[in-house]
Amino acid sequence: MLHATTDGLFCAAGAFHVDPPGAVDLAVVTHAHGDHARPGATRYVCATPGLPLLRQRLGPDAVIEGWAYGETHRLGDVDVCLHPAGHVLGSAQVRIADGRETWVVSGDYKRQDDPTCAAFEVVACDTFVTEATFALPIYRWPAVDAVVADLRAWVASNRDAGRPTVLFAYSLGKAQRVLALLGEHEPEPPLVHGAVAAMTAAYREAGVALPPVEAVTEATRGPVTRGRVVLAPPSAMNTPWLKRFPDAATAMISGWMRVRGARRWKGVDRGFVLSDHADWPALLETIAATGARRVLATHGYADVLARTCQSRGLDAGLLDARVSGEEA
Amino acid sequence: MRRFSELYATLDRTASTNAKVAALEAYFREAPPEDAAWTVHFLAGRRLLRLLPTKLVREWTMAVTDIEPWLLEESYGAVGDLAETVALLLDAVPPDGDERGVPLHTWIEERLEGLRGLPPEAQRENVVRWWRGLPSFERFLLNKLLTGEMRVGVSQTLVVRALAAVAGVDTDVMTHRLMGQWAPSAATFQALMAPDAATDEASRPYPFCLAYPFDQAIEVLGSRADWQVEWKWDGIRAQLIRRAGHTYLWSRGEEVITARFPEVVTAAADLPDGTVLDGEVLGWEAEAPLPFARLQLRIGRQNVTRQALASAPAVFMAYDLLEDGGRDVRATPLRDRRRRLEALLLTHAPGLRLSPVVEEPDWPSLAARRGESRDRGVEGYMLKRLDSAYGTGRRKGDWWKWKVDPFSIDAVLVYAQAGNGRRATLFTDYTFAVWKDDELVPVAKAYSGLSNEEIEQVDRWVRANTVEKFGPVRRVTPALVFEIAFENVQRSARHKSGVAVRFPRIARWRHDKGPADADSLEALQQLIKSQ
Repeated sequence: MLHATTDGLFCAAGAFHVDPPGAVDLAVVTHAHGDHARPGATRYVCATPGLPLLRQRLGPDAVIEGWAYGETHRLGDVDVCLHPAGHVLGSAQVRIADGRETWVVSGDYKRQDDPTCAAFEVVACDTFVTEATFALPIYRWPAVDAVVADLRAWVASNRDAGRPTVLFAYSLGKAQRVLALLGEHEPEPPLVHGAVAAMTAAYREAGVALPPVEAVTEATRGPVTRGRVVLAPPSAMNTPWLKRFPDAATAMISGWMRVRGARRWKGVDRGFVLSDHADWPALLETIAATGARRVLATHGYADVLARTCQSRGLDAGLLDARVSGEEA
Repeated sequence: MRRFSELYATLDRTASTNAKVAALEAYFREAPPEDAAWTVHFLAGRRLLRLLPTKLVREWTMAVTDIEPWLLEESYGAVGDLAETVALLLDAVPPDGDERGVPLHTWIEERLEGLRGLPPEAQRENVVRWWRGLPSFERFLLNKLLTGEMRVGVSQTLVVRALAAVAGVDTDVMTHRLMGQWAPSAATFQALMAPDAATDEASRPYPFCLAYPFDQAIEVLGSRADWQVEWKWDGIRAQLIRRAGHTYLWSRGEEVITARFPEVVTAAADLPDGTVLDGEVLGWEAEAPLPFARLQLRIGRQNVTRQALASAPAVFMAYDLLEDGGRDVRATPLRDRRRRLEALLLTHAPGLRLSPVVEEPDWPSLAARRGESRDRGVEGYMLKRLDSAYGTGRRKGDWWKWKVDPFSIDAVLVYAQAGNGRRATLFTDYTFAVWKDDELVPVAKAYSGLSNEEIEQVDRWVRANTVEKFGPVRRVTPALVFEIAFENVQRSARHKSGVAVRFPRIARWRHDKGPADADSLEALQQLIKSQ
């Protein structure tokens, strides 16, 4: 029903691509991250809550149609329906059925609660195309509450020491999740980098309630930043922009921070393990819950996940022939 | 173990040197001496012998977490550290007790030492019980102890600063106290913390004075007359100590190497008590140094047989005097130490060699003569300011090493492996090959020389261009070319290529070259011939 082409995952019966890298006629986009939502398609489809994000990413001229979760649309010879993936706002799994069999393309997903987006929905299928970013048994997420408590305590100790705290988090999704989780505990609203500000505005436009933030301006520099929390994208690391926050304590918020070496390589003081992807147990549970007989893995440690599924008696393989770990 | 684990975590989680020193000081003020002694042991970079084969640790982990060997190896490949891999996998097993209160020395001296001699089944029961009794981070530390890999990532200078502050002594005194033999016990720690310098062990060496590489125009050093110039020897840096009728030879790696060089001991036998020399142990034949590889071969042998001695006769090339007549003379100017050294060797130890001073009258003539270095089997010059004291550690300005320019070749990246520590999640250890006919043969491994950005670029490239995996090693498409600098090249029967390069490192990434432009093995063989 679907196959990997140089233009991305293609459904011939429905004449559409899922998350294509370039120029195609119709692109069904699972979510607005840069490696999934790329310019060049004639038309786009995404889940309605993700519209403002995709618009932000693709610009005012892109032709984008929003579909409500759970609403079935006929494309060519197949029924296509989007279901929440729990990854970021508007993230969707793509269910495709032709009357004989059903495929689900997971996109990126997580099973933890996230106050900024709809929770993952298990969708029964015959073939499950699953992401495998963190498909190793070392990736097991600690409870969100414990991470948030640890983060709050650390932020407070930096504030007591008169230091700013710079938190590096992806500007789309992770930053808003962190904002929501930190809540209004901080005496002053968090300062945000321009990239985070833009995506936070798009979240608000989509109706997600988030605590107030303050944009970093020319005047945000030096002693006035003492004790403040700053949210910045990882791309701001090691840039002159950071100089405005002297003596800052720094942390990266990412699933990769599970491994000490990854945190030390980034040169940050702390790593907080909070991911928008499924961890190892969640990947295996989800695969089992879909009831799929066939599993195709993609992204990250795809070969590890495929081999594990095979050892559990499933028909499993890679969506394409890349060696594992490529996305690491 | 709680206190130690908190210290480890704090040191691990801050880049601020002040915060690190503060954490160390707080720890050493509070920790009981029997625990603190072990902490100093690890902070000083000393290891615990490996208690268990890592094979067993792997097996027990697989049994407890119910994962297969290949999955453990994949995990290890992503983490790059076995102790951490095991701790991360064990998170599938929640702790059912709290043994963090057991003191560090009890863990090491009773529990871990107690594993020795137990049958594997009993060892397994103990270790699994301890795992269950500890939270994740402490399991990681326990695994580090079990596998003999416990190290604490903090610079020696900071450790010395903290210990000196707590003891109320100078950092130089503390550096000295930390050298030499060390048994981690409460008594040793208390002696370390003693307010005045207690009687030192007779064998204790001084911290070595280290030189910085010199890479500027020579004229910036000012007047030629202010400098002593010597050849830079390529041997084993060592201190020769003669005290209380005994001779001790210490390498810079803080090992006693006395027994390996009986000819040096003989030559030093008539030095007066209370003499300490700084110098270099060299293989020596026909009035010239032997290549380092020859000396290394001799060191590698278990027994110092007559045959081994004859294969690479060793000499001690003295270049400084640190203790004279039982008096520490490091603070006196080099000019005076040198004069005294010359007299001392002449009178008492003609069998030891004196590193000659290069007498060229001005910088230009010195620079010209540096070209003789390779023919002489030396690495270039040492430049030492005549009025300088013998410093501790690396101090900029008084001692310089002015090496001859390294050799270099263009080679192709053929294998990559993840690094250690902070590089553990990235492919940073590379093997490079050159052409032999139409085959690429590996000739050098290099770990350093790229910027962090370049390392991340190469890492991504390796992941996308892996042809084959052998355990942690990846064979990649031969495509990237790097200029590899090295100090020397020699024939070697141990290497498949038949050559061994010394101190290889990446000089730069040759984006402008393809694999076909890389050098050939013949080029390396020519270099050997031309020496």
